[in-house]
Amino acid sequence: MADTFEIQGLHVAIEEKEILKGVDLVVRKGEVHALMGPNGSGKSTLANAILGHPKYTVTRGRILMKGEDILEMETDERARKGLFLAFQYPCEVPGVRQSNFLRLACNARLGHEMDVTEFYSKLEKKMKVLDIDEKFMKRYLNEGFSGGEKKRNEILQMMLLEPEFAIMDETDSGLDIDALKVVSRGVNELRGPGLGILIITHYERILRYINPDFVHIMVDGKIVKSGGPDLAAHLEEHGYDWIVKDAAPAPEPVKG
Amino acid sequence: MSAASPEQVLRGPYKEGFHDNIKALHQVPKGASHEVIDYMCDVKAEPAWMRAFRHRSLDLFLKHDLPAWMPGLRDIDYDAITYYASPVEKSARRWEDVPEEIRRTYDKLGIAKEEQKLLGGLGAQIDSEMAYHNIQESLSKKGIVFLSCDDGLKQYPDIFQEHFAKSVPPEDNKLAALNSAFWSGGSFVYIPKGVKCDIPLSVYFRINAEQFGQFERTLIVCDEDSFCHYVEGCSAPIYTTNSLHSAVVEIFVKDHARCRYTTIQNWSTDVYNLVTKRAYLYKNAIMEWVDGNLGSKRTVKYPSCYMVGEGAHGEILSLASADKGMWQDAGAKLVFYAPNCTGRINSKSISGHGGRASYRGLVQVNEQARNCRVQVNCDALILDPVSRSDTYPVMEIDGDLATVEHEASVSNVSEEQLFYLMSRGIKKEDAVSMIVNGFIEPIVKELPMEFAVEINRLINLQMEGSVG
Repeated sequence: MADTFEIQGLHVAIEEKEILKGVDLVVRKGEVHALMGPNGSGKSTLANAILGHPKYTVTRGRILMKGEDILEMETDERARKGLFLAFQYPCEVPGVRQSNFLRLACNARLGHEMDVTEFYSKLEKKMKVLDIDEKFMKRYLNEGFSGGEKKRNEILQMMLLEPEFAIMDETDSGLDIDALKVVSRGVNELRGPGLGILIITHYERILRYINPDFVHIMVDGKIVKSGGPDLAAHLEEHGYDWIVKDAAPAPEPVKG
Repeated sequence: MSAASPEQVLRGPYKEGFHDNIKALHQVPKGASHEVIDYMCDVKAEPAWMRAFRHRSLDLFLKHDLPAWMPGLRDIDYDAITYYASPVEKSARRWEDVPEEIRRTYDKLGIAKEEQKLLGGLGAQIDSEMAYHNIQESLSKKGIVFLSCDDGLKQYPDIFQEHFAKSVPPEDNKLAALNSAFWSGGSFVYIPKGVKCDIPLSVYFRINAEQFGQFERTLIVCDEDSFCHYVEGCSAPIYTTNSLHSAVVEIFVKDHARCRYTTIQNWSTDVYNLVTKRAYLYKNAIMEWVDGNLGSKRTVKYPSCYMVGEGAHGEILSLASADKGMWQDAGAKLVFYAPNCTGRINSKSISGHGGRASYRGLVQVNEQARNCRVQVNCDALILDPVSRSDTYPVMEIDGDLATVEHEASVSNVSEEQLFYLMSRGIKKEDAVSMIVNGFIEPIVKELPMEFAVEINRLINLQMEGSVG
């Protein structure tokens, strides 16, 4: 219990339209899960719902982190408890300095003010892993960043905040192969017994650099298939069509 | 919610909202009359030309209407206002000589001794008169003059008369006429040729009386190749009636000189703040207005730069925050009369809790002003659906080869930004404050450190509970 992140029968709607139709998933610390699926299957909805985005309404089900139901918590409280989301589209916040933001986030996660020297030395180390230039800290949060810089910034935050459970929402999208390698290096460095990761992706590509323990396939708001890493390879070869067909409900009998 | 006063609910605690019982030595009957002017001229022992000027100005005030585009001022009852009240006989040079009850007021406001040490000079006006006005000896030795405007008239009559009402004549507008008729207090600053006043001169304006009109008048002359930074702040008690603050500030920046004028306006929401601020810029002169409007019921103020000398540069940084019950009609004017001048307006406004912030700007390039460049940026941030922002930019370009850029934006504190910051463990109110402070950062970074801190504090107070 203390080491699990558990989604039970989760139904999520956006403006009355049901997107997730009963999702069950258990991620234990130390594990890397990949969630794959065609566009529009509900992968990003799951990511946003887990963090409590106000646009997404959970209509049924529970999310338990270390046995505690997090659905009643505000987004910031979930984060302070050790939940992290690496965004698909990190947003820009003009005028807020990168360094200032990172320090506030670290303090929030820690629950107390971190020693400034300690913070900067930690920051410097993580930036090195991710090949981030130091000028970057003087810039405003994500403002004018390239797609690759934004994604690296997400991983930097993940490394600094040391979550217990992290969701990476299409971190690989829009990254060239070099950037993908750098980002994967960061994630692999974080991997360990204290962290459970859920990688959401459309493509198998990132899984060549971050090897998952489990692969799940989501179609139309449900996880329709789970398996080992070989499932991802199979998908790469055969696409999603065979699963989508399998998952489609049987046509209703025509009344005569 | 606990039982808070309406003001606390509206604005967060407005810590300057107290009033003290300070006895007025001089107080006149309510209403704008020629009798009040005569009384003031007698008390102040003013020269005949000033008496005539005041009477003429009152006639202009009574004759003219407010411009039609200046809405929201119709409910000012000019007859209910007291136009002159003074708790002091003359302005003291030593803090110890300021009457104790007034010193107490200023202590409460935090205009403490420590702050004076950071400043080149400090003035403190209460109601109509300057209770205190002093300048550091090192600065007065350089020939820098920093007096109440009334003392400027007496001690430097030539410089005074040469510049007074030359950039803002009483004919300019109804409010300028009102100030010209009843002006009292304010500062007179003269920086001699080649002298750099490297520490700011600061003045704090306080209205204490109820239903009162404060009409300070400030005249700053920066002679050739000189520099000065003038800083003003203000506040007033919270009453249930309205007061009027209608100032005129005139600045003359001579050849190659530079002047920066910083305002942190934090009137209570009883105060109509209607101010005319204008600078004349001569050859290669630089004028910078840094105008922060955070309080008042209604502010009407557009600091102006009139480029009359070749190569001058005028700059206005305007920051307005309109909370519940406020309408900030702020903006800027750049008027070009000479060639090769440049100007920049950077305006940021925030409105929340039903407040309204307007940007009103004029860029006028006259025929003789060839090859001028102007850049205007105005950005508005609206915190909730009940608040409002308007933009009224006017451009009149007659000069050849003018380059004018205008950019404007209106934005909200977006759900996505909030979600992003909160997903990192940052509490909602801190996230809102980060977004708002980020929005005004380009202007706040231009302020002296202690003012930047004060602005952030005030903005954070106003932000409390503003995004639902």
